[in-house]
Amino acid sequence: MNLATIVQELSLEVRCASENLKNNVTGGYTGDLLSEVMANSHEGNIWITRQVHQNIVAVASLKDHAGIILINSCEPTQDTLAKASQEKIPIMVSNLPAFELTGKIYNLLEKKD
Amino acid sequence: MPVPETDHISYQRSFYIEGGNFNYAGIVSTSIKSILKQMDFPGDVVRKCAIVCYESEINVVSYARKGVVNLTINPDTVQIEVIDEGPGIPNIDQAMQQGYSTANQKIREMGFGAGMGLYNIKSYSDAFIISSELGKGTRLLMTINIKK
Ligand SMILES: Nc1ncnc2c1ncn2[C@@H]1O[C@H](COP(=O)(O)OP(=O)(O)O)[C@@H](O)[C@H]1O
Ligand SMILES: [Mg+2]
Repeated sequence: MNLATIVQELSLEVRCASENLKNNVTGGYTGDLLSEVMANSHEGNIWITRQVHQNIVAVASLKDHAGIILINSCEPTQDTLAKASQEKIPIMVSNLPAFELTGKIYNLLEKKD
Repeated sequence: MPVPETDHISYQRSFYIEGGNFNYAGIVSTSIKSILKQMDFPGDVVRKCAIVCYESEINVVSYARKGVVNLTINPDTVQIEVIDEGPGIPNIDQAMQQGYSTANQKIREMGFGAGMGLYNIKSYSDAFIISSELGKGTRLLMTINIKK
């Protein structure tokens, strides 16, 4: 499933790198501790987090994530947006909390794969 | 003319890290990852290097004044050496434990300081050496094997 489908199904708001919504999503990882995400997430994952600062872009880029979704309507900082646009990492915003968003994405990926 | 046999270094490059500046944290690791990717290393080699390099880089930014990363690519290994000028680590065994962290509130708020860095560096390296001198700094040497 690509990001565009997830964006549409869950009414996510895309904040940058919308040219990369065709990225294939292999699974997801939910977490706010960067070391844990570095160690345990995989290539093509969608990363669900409440961290909004620019260091999330390096992590997503190093791990080849499909994109980042910020929960609870958290907005990325200007620095984060600039970096993510440059690295072509899509950042999306959801009004759902982590538990609900993760569950919905999990179900979507299970259903359509 | 016969070429003398040497186990010569195929690639060497150094990168500078500024302590305390989180705006550029991760930039060295990102550069090293793209170099390795361009050289077509297997995915698991690139992944391991990215993890150990990132955690070491973040530690220099978090705890030291400045540091340097020396990347050396040999025929069978990738070596990442990280040397910093900083406070050093008083108790290395303790620092290596999962969950041990002296990170301040500002660092923790960004999602760093989980105390998993050194532990993960060790687990994702094929060989790992750490040494530290109080008041001087810390040196890490990570070796990742390239399986042919
Ligand atoms: N380069 C370094 N210089 C000084 N102290 C360090 C350095 N690297 C790690 N430490 C110390 O070791 C602890 C554990 O490091 P680490 O496992 O990376 O976890 P974290 O960075 O999340 O605290 C740090 O909290 C810090 O006290
Ligand atoms: Mg650390």
